[in-house]
Order: sequence, then structure tokens, then C-alpha cells
Amino acid sequence: MLAKRIIPCLDVTAGRVVKGVSFVELRDAGDPVEIARRYDDQGADELTFLDITATSDDRGIIFRIIEEVARQVFIPLTVGGGVRQVEDVRNLLNAGADKVSINTSAVVNPQLIADASARYGSQCIVVAIDAKQVAPGHWEVFTHGGRKATGLDAVQWALKMQKLGAGEILLTSMDRDGSKIGFDLPLTRAVSDALEIPVIASGGVGNLQHLVDGVKQGGADAVLAASIFHYGEYTVQQAKQFMAQQGIEVRL
Amino acid sequence: MVDIAVIDYGMGNLRSVHNALSAVAPDASIVVTGDPDVVAQAGRVVFPGQGAMPDCMRELDMRNLRNAVLDAAHNKPFLGICIGLQMLFERSTEGDVPCLGVLPGQVVRFGHDLHDAEGNRLKVPHMGWNQVHYSDGHPLWQGIAQDERFYFVHSYYVQPSQVALVQAESNYPLPFVCAVARDNLFAVQFHPEKSHTAGLQLLKNFASWNPV
Repeated sequence: MLAKRIIPCLDVTAGRVVKGVSFVELRDAGDPVEIARRYDDQGADELTFLDITATSDDRGIIFRIIEEVARQVFIPLTVGGGVRQVEDVRNLLNAGADKVSINTSAVVNPQLIADASARYGSQCIVVAIDAKQVAPGHWEVFTHGGRKATGLDAVQWALKMQKLGAGEILLTSMDRDGSKIGFDLPLTRAVSDALEIPVIASGGVGNLQHLVDGVKQGGADAVLAASIFHYGEYTVQQAKQFMAQQGIEVRL
Repeated sequence: MVDIAVIDYGMGNLRSVHNALSAVAPDASIVVTGDPDVVAQAGRVVFPGQGAMPDCMRELDMRNLRNAVLDAAHNKPFLGICIGLQMLFERSTEGDVPCLGVLPGQVVRFGHDLHDAEGNRLKVPHMGWNQVHYSDGHPLWQGIAQDERFYFVHSYYVQPSQVALVQAESNYPLPFVCAVARDNLFAVQFHPEKSHTAGLQLLKNFASWNPV
């Protein structure tokens, strides 16, 4: 049967992988190509790169990184950050990305999701949603790296993105991101149950049990984590073995 | 002389296919091309694809590539990938369009309300790493373990009307055909170019395959 996926996430700025807490306090984790190869060797199922570069001057860096990784790593690569128009999607795919993740621009211009998926296929359009709990059982979508409230309900927004052609949802809990206390499981469950397309749970992983919980309790099809892998706490292989011991189907 | 032509009909990104073939056949001349003459002259042909079936068929015809594909599918080592597998059949329920008709059978969608044995919802597209169970010792499986996992992403699958075409099956949750072969032709639903060492092995096998 289909395996649940483990996806290491590399936040990239100025050519380096970094990781912050609740979207701030960045800490250097190393060279993106080197890290990508290491995770590939460890059995990562996919890799996600988020370009968190603040200025447009440095945009070219991510293309060179993706080109380099795509020549050496033969698993699916998702790239996000700063994607505003269909041309940006094309450029990232041409650099070697297999999927492109779109966040703020999907809210600013939902038609972008319809246009990009019509042109390149739903399979390569990932909509990233940053959500924050506003009431029990209710989560609001935030954009611009978590700085701007939209008034949109996360579950309703995910359904709309599915309808417009998203192939997958990358769901990040802003409350949990960088906290290391585990995924927001009710959020993950609410979005996963509402959708027909796969959901990647993100934000808050601090140990391997959290990955198991994301799948079993959250209903996630894939789990994304950054810091537990970047700083050598666990390898991807250890994470998979632990999940397999808990009865989750993984690719070992 | 082009050793391997990867057919580009404007649907999706072929960079990954080119990268993976270059990794396993470093000395081969590999081109991504939409030129029917280049396809006709190539030693072997890879027919990939992404996107919706009606668009793929339309784009293929707009670029006058239909005859080149048909010719290659009958006459030289030919590898179909994903939509490139599906397009070989007679008809797809995606947009209800006729396809190339190289192989007998049709292309249908996964159900809308699939569940696994524990009652968990199975998402469509079928996306991720699934096991491939092959049925005999075709040369393209050489060096690949039985039930090895490959990377899939698709919502439709093929239903060949000749059992002899079936080379491998996968489960989601019911068995579906994920590889077919006939003479000089081999085609897979999964993406070997994104399936790590097993996928590279399959591409390497294809690059040196000499069907009789």
C-alpha cells in the first residue's frame, strides 16, 4: 500500500538553510545542496525548499540551488516562496522543481492556482496554508510569512484551493511552528477530513512520536519537519523506523 | 545521432526525466525534443507527460507528433511514463477523449470515496511511494527487488483489455495496473525519474535494452 511520506523542509535565505521559531529568530543550519544530499541518502521521500529571502535581489540563488540539487537527487522536489505569477511557476519547474508551493499569492490572486494547475497540472501545484487558531475548532489563514491576517477560515480556504486545482495542501500551524510540542492535531484532522487531496502536516515537530501522531491522529498523508533533522537530533531513517514500529506504512 | 529522444509536447516539466537519464547513461546523447524528425531518427524514445488527457492529446496533435509517437511505439525501444502510459490506450474517461490506441483498453479514474482496511480515507491523486509487484522477468526489472516502492502521482489508471500486456500491479486499495509491455514497448504509471535508486535502475535498464 501507499506509504506515508516524510518530508524534510529546508528554509533557504542568502544561499543557506536556516530555521526560526514562530517565523523569527533564524539560526544557520548549513549548505542546502549538502543537506539535500544527506536527507536523500537517509531515505527522505521528498524535499521541500522554502525561499524565505526577503529581497528580490537574491531570488536567483534559489534557482541555482534547485538546479544543483535536481542533478543529484532523484526524489520529488517542492519549491516555494515568492511565487506570484504563472511565469514564476514555469521558471521553478524549469530549474528542476517537481512541485511549486504557493502561499500568499493564492490569497491575493486565487486565479493563479486555477491558471497554474491548468497549465502545468494539479500534481505540481501545492497550496501552502499558514493557519492560526482563533477559537476552539476554528483557524484563520495568515499570509506574508504569518504577519497578515486574512479573515479566511482555514478549512473553507483549503476546500476552495482544492476546487481551483491544488494537488496538495501544505498545512502549517503558526501556533506550533518552531515550538517542538507537536502538530496542531485538530487543525490537521479538520483539513484532512474535509479534503480529497493529500495534506502535509507541518509546524511543531519536536520528536518522533509527533510524526506518528500527525498521521494517526491528524490524518496527514505526509509529515514535514525541519529542525529535528537539521541539528542531528534524528535521521530520516530513524524517523521512518520509529513510524514503522508504530504500525505506519513507510518506505524503508 | 540521438541515442534517446524525450518527447516534449509542451505538457509539464521534462527536466527531471533528462536529469535522471543523464545520470544513468552519461555517455548517451539525450535530447528533449518536440521535433518529429528528431524522434524518428532517435535510437530509443521516452514518452513522458503530465496534466489533463484532453490537453495532452490536443498538444500532441498541434505539434504533429502523433505519427512519430505511433511509429516509435511500434518500432524501437519505447518507454512511456505516467500520462505517456495512459495515452497509449484507446480511450480515457478524463474528458472522455480518444487516445492513441496503440494498446487495447481504457483509462479510468480512482473512486471518489476510497478507504483503506482501517477506514482511513484514501486521497486522490494517489501520490507518493507505493509497492510495485511485477509478474515476470522482463529485462527492465533487472536489479529491482520485487515489491520495491516507486513514486506515483496520478488520479487515473489504465485498464488493459489484454491480460498479457500487464507487467506489474500496485494497490490503492484494490489492485491496479502500473506497468505494461509489448515487444519493443514498456510503459509505467509511476515516475522512475523521481524514484531514487530503483527508478534509476529501471531507466538504466531501458537505456541498454535491446528488445528482439
